[in-house]
Amino acid sequence: MKPLSKQIGTGMNRVDGRLKVTGAATYSAEYELPGITYAVLVGSTIAKGRLASIDTKDAERAPGVLAVITHLNAPKAPGTKPEGKDPSQPQTVGSALQVLVDDKIRFNDQPIAVVVADTLERARFAAGLVKAQYAKEAHQTNLEANRPNAFLPTQAKKNPKSPVADYQRGQADAYKTGALKLEAEYVIPTEVHHPMELQAITAHWEAPDRLTLYDKTQGTMATRRDFAKQWGLPEENVKVIATFVGGAFGNALHSWPHESAAIIAAKVVNRPVKLMLTREQMFTMVGYRPHTWQKIGMSATPDGKITAITHEAVGQTSTYEEFTESTLGQTRMMYEAPNLTTRYRLVALDIGSPIWMRGPGEATGAFALESAMDEMAHLLNLDPLEFRLRNYTEQDPERNRPWSTKFLKECYKAGADRIGWSKRQLKPGALREGDWLIGYGMGVGTFGAHRGSSKANAQLLPNGTVLLQSAVTDIGPGTGTAMTQIAADTLGLEPGKIRFEWGNSTFAQAPTQGGSAIVNSVGPAVQEACLALKDKLRELAATGNSAFAAARKEDVAFADGYLTLNGNPTARANYVDLVRQAGGTAVAVDSKPGPDGQKYSMYSFSVHFAEVRVHQLTGEVRVSKLVSCADAGTIINEKTAGNQMKGGAVGGIGMALMEHALIDDRFGRYVTKDLADYHVPVHADAPAVEVFFVNQPDPHVNALGTKGIGEIATIGVAPAIANAVFNATGKRVRELPITPDKLI
Amino acid sequence: MNQFQYVRPTKQQAAIEAVAKDANATFIAGGTNLVDLMKRGVMTPQKLVDINRLPLAKIERENNGLRIGALALNSAVADDKLVREKQPLLALALNAGASAQLRNMATVGGNMLQRTRCPYFYDTTMPCNKREPGTGCGALEGINRMHAIFGFSDKCIAVHPSDMSVALVALDATVLVSGPKGDRRISFADFHRLPGDTPHRDTNLEPGELITAVDVPDAPFTKHVSYYKVRERASYAFALVSAAAALELDGNTIKAARLAMGGVAHKPWRLTAAEQALVGKPATEATFRQAAEVAMQGAKAFKHNAYKLKLAPNTLIQALKTATTA
Repeated sequence: MKPLSKQIGTGMNRVDGRLKVTGAATYSAEYELPGITYAVLVGSTIAKGRLASIDTKDAERAPGVLAVITHLNAPKAPGTKPEGKDPSQPQTVGSALQVLVDDKIRFNDQPIAVVVADTLERARFAAGLVKAQYAKEAHQTNLEANRPNAFLPTQAKKNPKSPVADYQRGQADAYKTGALKLEAEYVIPTEVHHPMELQAITAHWEAPDRLTLYDKTQGTMATRRDFAKQWGLPEENVKVIATFVGGAFGNALHSWPHESAAIIAAKVVNRPVKLMLTREQMFTMVGYRPHTWQKIGMSATPDGKITAITHEAVGQTSTYEEFTESTLGQTRMMYEAPNLTTRYRLVALDIGSPIWMRGPGEATGAFALESAMDEMAHLLNLDPLEFRLRNYTEQDPERNRPWSTKFLKECYKAGADRIGWSKRQLKPGALREGDWLIGYGMGVGTFGAHRGSSKANAQLLPNGTVLLQSAVTDIGPGTGTAMTQIAADTLGLEPGKIRFEWGNSTFAQAPTQGGSAIVNSVGPAVQEACLALKDKLRELAATGNSAFAAARKEDVAFADGYLTLNGNPTARANYVDLVRQAGGTAVAVDSKPGPDGQKYSMYSFSVHFAEVRVHQLTGEVRVSKLVSCADAGTIINEKTAGNQMKGGAVGGIGMALMEHALIDDRFGRYVTKDLADYHVPVHADAPAVEVFFVNQPDPHVNALGTKGIGEIATIGVAPAIANAVFNATGKRVRELPITPDKLI
Repeated sequence: MNQFQYVRPTKQQAAIEAVAKDANATFIAGGTNLVDLMKRGVMTPQKLVDINRLPLAKIERENNGLRIGALALNSAVADDKLVREKQPLLALALNAGASAQLRNMATVGGNMLQRTRCPYFYDTTMPCNKREPGTGCGALEGINRMHAIFGFSDKCIAVHPSDMSVALVALDATVLVSGPKGDRRISFADFHRLPGDTPHRDTNLEPGELITAVDVPDAPFTKHVSYYKVRERASYAFALVSAAAALELDGNTIKAARLAMGGVAHKPWRLTAAEQALVGKPATEATFRQAAEVAMQGAKAFKHNAYKLKLAPNTLIQALKTATTA
């Protein structure tokens, strides 16, 4: 890949790489504040009912215990509201599930007590001494059994334009009368994010009305908002620090019960409280990709033009919140289909709330859509790539307007070349090496190129370095590195002269890290802040230098720490001198999306090609080759962007072949409780993933031309693998994961 | 986690006495399974007798065989020159288990004493006759895709999780134990128990008995061996089904064979009848298929593990094919 400028597009090393590999990076459970205490949660052992009694006496008497807090003695946060007012509103801790406020049990392992002690071991020991009695009620944890009770989300009832409202173009369910038709059901199980770093928070009331949280969150501002609201505090009284986040994949997009519990505990003991979840608790109370049933009906003409698609989805949510995601969005805009119907419904179960997991609903939906595309291509006896090309959309069929940019065909070509698509046989089961059947498959992904408002603060310091600050978090994609490159490029400085600080709610406002939107949103804010700094420098240069004063703006050049003038080799001003004379200089910008979002449909696109080997006797599947190609606009950092694509692809291998959180419905409890039972890929499961970027700027999203990578890295991978398995074996697995038992 | 006492004797007799005298005491070596179980409250020993200071880690020649000390690390055994030369099947099985980090902690004795990975055993709020006799078997009517197809009872359908044990039962190993009543030898095939009415007992060890070593007799299975483990990812996962196969070939004719399976029963599952079905036959897929049919006699599946009725024989066939060409 050719860098677009001196810094943009290069593979600069991560600015925090050394801190991370040497253990010097501080994560939220690693702040050793004076007087720190340790909290352990006690979870319910039933899925639904009431706490009849809770006996905390033994726990209270245990050595080192400072407090045992239940709904009976917990201080009520002033922002606590009665539940169930409007479950369609996005959850904040102030409005939906609150912990330790009543005796109601809404899901298994719901926190019913928090034990605080002077050491973790003592807190854990005492937590085991808390005894609860329950008044059980019949619970529901099975999606399939409850599908008849599926309902239209409240937000769709209120707003027919909501992405989860029913959608129709052309005739409803027209596929049923199509000449050549397909009807198939697809299921994805519950999948759990399981980042390496467990959810953890250190809560510290610095004063009765001032709260500091060292918290694993993807959004310092959102966490600040939630807990300020819960405790009735002005937002500036709550400070949230999340400098390093050890992966999240969406599960730190919410405020969760354990955070509320830690803050309550810190209030009670009046000391800082550290609370880290166990791996087992990561299944139950910090979200997951919801179990989702889908059905696709599709019809096509014999020459491979899609005439109609109906795509229905029923996703799982909790009883106390309507969690929705855009499962059907890709279907509405990816292929030309004159008749198209989507219907999205929810089933509320007695399980903790889901939360977006990488690629979120789009990855779920793409499994069904892209599997169905492969099935239809097979019915047509057509190459699946050719079938997609025959239904390629040159403009957005959902909104009837142009794409801002779309280079998906370039991705198709690059991917097909790299995987060796020409080796693929139309007839399944035609390629083999010994007992291993070989197959090729593809899957397409797309995700909105979202951009939110973002601020940025920049200062040129008298030592010649630039300090930039943003509340944004870096959950792993390398945000800090990308921002450093953008700043260095804009200012004509070496990256070593830039210090970008992030992950602190007192810094300039930034959106929550998620939805592939951070470089799109914070990138231009950083760029604009640096441009504003350049204006300041020009002004400073002009005050002391007549040549600069007389110069036109566009003739002033910035490079290597100097301002120079085109056509005047003697005019030269040192940044550092200018700043020293002025006693420092600072700017603050507020960067907002432009009007092009109204005129264009803005999306990133990806395609994934997989080569798999399936053992004909044992049903083992090995992904032997994976090629991921993306049209993600400008690539800021080839290395970190490539890393995102590879990580997303490996996540897709997990989704396709092994991830599966299982509940025993009799007890409403997970039987997969750790990483020995819940499998994510190990290195041996991941081939070397080859990545290709089109690297064409999108001029409509922002001035940098970026579109976002995180989600499209995963969306479409699982169906690419499932389709490759079909090509290898002739077996179509419509329920993930594709474990050996489904193939033999 | 419960509070417990911890002692670290340097004499074998002292270690044995410490456990024999106290019904709530247990030995600990690598701790890779026991500590997890204690953290979850599944096992609540009040005293841990750490045996790591006992001199039981040697791997040596002994009476036409190998004697492997109970405290030899899984990784040390798998990498041992003698083991690789004389008993390559054992090295293969060891390396198929756990992760490199765990193999560096886990011992031979501890590996044999691993508890089942049945999720009902691990969750103290659910019924499990193995953890709490009389509470019922959660897996019987529950999620049982990982469970037994041989030798189960209506009290317990859990499977033994060790890979190493599958190789050792195939290789006719003997377990050396020392206890309050003295020393004895237990054939590996008799070391683990079927659940019957007493699923809380995994093995035939008596209270206070300590495994000191495993003897593996020399055998002509130094070349044509295979440990084929089918699991849901390429590494670091328990077997859906695994198969150990060791052949002695004369040209293409099978002179002797040893077969065992893992992931199918409450103990490592030796397949002597299937071995007999191989002897004297040509090493062909047709022969292997016949032996696999013999091996599967008496198998029965539950709601979620019917796939094992096909996966088990196929895995056995694959192990035999791999062993033949090894």
